[in-house]
Amino acid sequence: MIYEVFRQERKGQAFAHAGSVEAPDLAFADDYAREQFGRRGESTALWVVPRESVHAIEDFVDELQKNYHRVDGYPLKEKLAKARERAGTARAS
Amino acid sequence: MTPREQEFLEYVQSGGQVETEDWMPDDYRTKLIKFIEMHGNSELMGVLPEREWILRAPTLQRKLALTAKVQDEVGHSQLIYRVVEDLGKPREQCLDDLISGKSKFHNVFHYPTKTWGDVGVIAWLVDAAAIISQKALLKCSYAPYARIMKKICWEESFHILHGRDVILTMMLGTDEQRELVQEALDRWWGPLMQFHGNPIQREQDPMYVWRIKSQGNEEARQQFLDGYVPQIWELGLTVPDPKLSKRDDGVWEYTEPDWDELKHVVTGHGPKTAERLALRRTTREENAWVRQALLARAA
Amino acid sequence: MNAQELLELADDELILGWRNSEWTGIAPLLEEDVAFSSIAQNEIGHARALYELAARELGTTADELAFDREPGEYRCSKLVQLRLIPDWSRTIARHCIYERLDQARIKALKGQDDPELAGLAAKIDREEAYHRMHAEMWAERLAEEPRFTAALGELEPLFDLRDEHVPEFEQLWQEMTSVRRSVAGATW
Repeated sequence: MIYEVFRQERKGQAFAHAGSVEAPDLAFADDYAREQFGRRGESTALWVVPRESVHAIEDFVDELQKNYHRVDGYPLKEKLAKARERAGTARAS
Repeated sequence: MTPREQEFLEYVQSGGQVETEDWMPDDYRTKLIKFIEMHGNSELMGVLPEREWILRAPTLQRKLALTAKVQDEVGHSQLIYRVVEDLGKPREQCLDDLISGKSKFHNVFHYPTKTWGDVGVIAWLVDAAAIISQKALLKCSYAPYARIMKKICWEESFHILHGRDVILTMMLGTDEQRELVQEALDRWWGPLMQFHGNPIQREQDPMYVWRIKSQGNEEARQQFLDGYVPQIWELGLTVPDPKLSKRDDGVWEYTEPDWDELKHVVTGHGPKTAERLALRRTTREENAWVRQALLARAA
Repeated sequence: MNAQELLELADDELILGWRNSEWTGIAPLLEEDVAFSSIAQNEIGHARALYELAARELGTTADELAFDREPGEYRCSKLVQLRLIPDWSRTIARHCIYERLDQARIKALKGQDDPELAGLAAKIDREEAYHRMHAEMWAERLAEEPRFTAALGELEPLFDLRDEHVPEFEQLWQEMTSVRRSVAGATW
């Protein structure tokens, strides 16, 4: 069975995928992961997960171009210039 | 090449990264598996010349450092074979092909180790030659492989430190010890110069075209010479090549390596090839029952 | 505990670690190869720390204690001297026996008056907790393997036999010291 191993290098950091080990069960997988990804003190923590428990999602739908999810959905520059002009605080551009 | 393959080629040549589940041209997948498998084979075979010296290490510190180095190499082969397996070729099949001689491993691991001088030279210079290639592989177009290269390069840097420490200690020791180092260097220089492969133009190298390799062979060799010949000379050691020198334009000149020897060795005719493959075969057969025992009750 | 008793423990760890390190590179499974090598390295590390303590009392160095004694002067048990490679079932049987019997020894050390020795014993124990977990995991897997169960019975009595060496110990010592003896007095 394949187990995926995620490691955290230092406290506070995100867990990142480090690799995988082949093992007959979780106890062996834990031991193998500990040694393969931690023996040189390179990790403060590991997550060991059976491969089939990791669900991959790679399709994301944005058919109608949801611009309110993006920065370009908020065109402030022109409005800001006009607001400054109205308030007499226009800046030399 | 089909339009889709052409698009893929342009994608990887402009720095695009490929993941395991992505579509890839058959040729890319085949070349990728062959390349990565050879690396895994090399790590696993490289273990054999060095492990003899684990049992003869002359101090506790050297014993620990050398055991840890060899352990790292086994660990590298584990990481690498997992990548190959996820590309579709199971580990057991890789081991079958290695042992039968169908697949290859790097030239340097076909040669004998004769003294503690070899232990130092291998850890210092062979690992250095390897790390140059491995750093270039950090940019491999196939992302899972590029990612494991990070851990591999990090661990290799310890090996070079260990190698240098062993060499420096011997160079500061007795005449006999210095002689061991020089003698080992004299024997290893030829294989080292061949290590990065013949000077094929990188655009003619399919591995480079697909951006599996990101560096040409000659580029790697020049980097090795530039980094390590000064380190060799500054210790008062000599390199057994009277032609070796650096031109004004920064390019190293040297006696053309024996490319026939390289081909001969890598196709399974090195001085130690048969013996080492036989050892792999025997140990694998002797302990096949252990793998069965583990599989029998896999959770 | 006097230096001689310390040497008994140190010699056991050194020779067992040496024997276990013979598996590095050729263990039955790549992942296990890595894990078992760590166990061997820990054992050598324990030996080194114990030798360092004994060395101070004896006016020498850890390396000299580890390498420069005559074969007859080593106080290790017959159990650890045996060359069990390439038999994995016997190797694991020895591993299980040793970790179990050594635990009692380490526990006694932890209760010693000498704080340095007790502290070292605690550190060793914390590392060996993982060795014990590993041994138990394998014992469960090999429970039905006849070679394993036979070896458990055969090997356990050897833990306490220290006054004589098995024939292969001499060969181990020769190999272990060959580079060191090749240039007398050299620094490596």
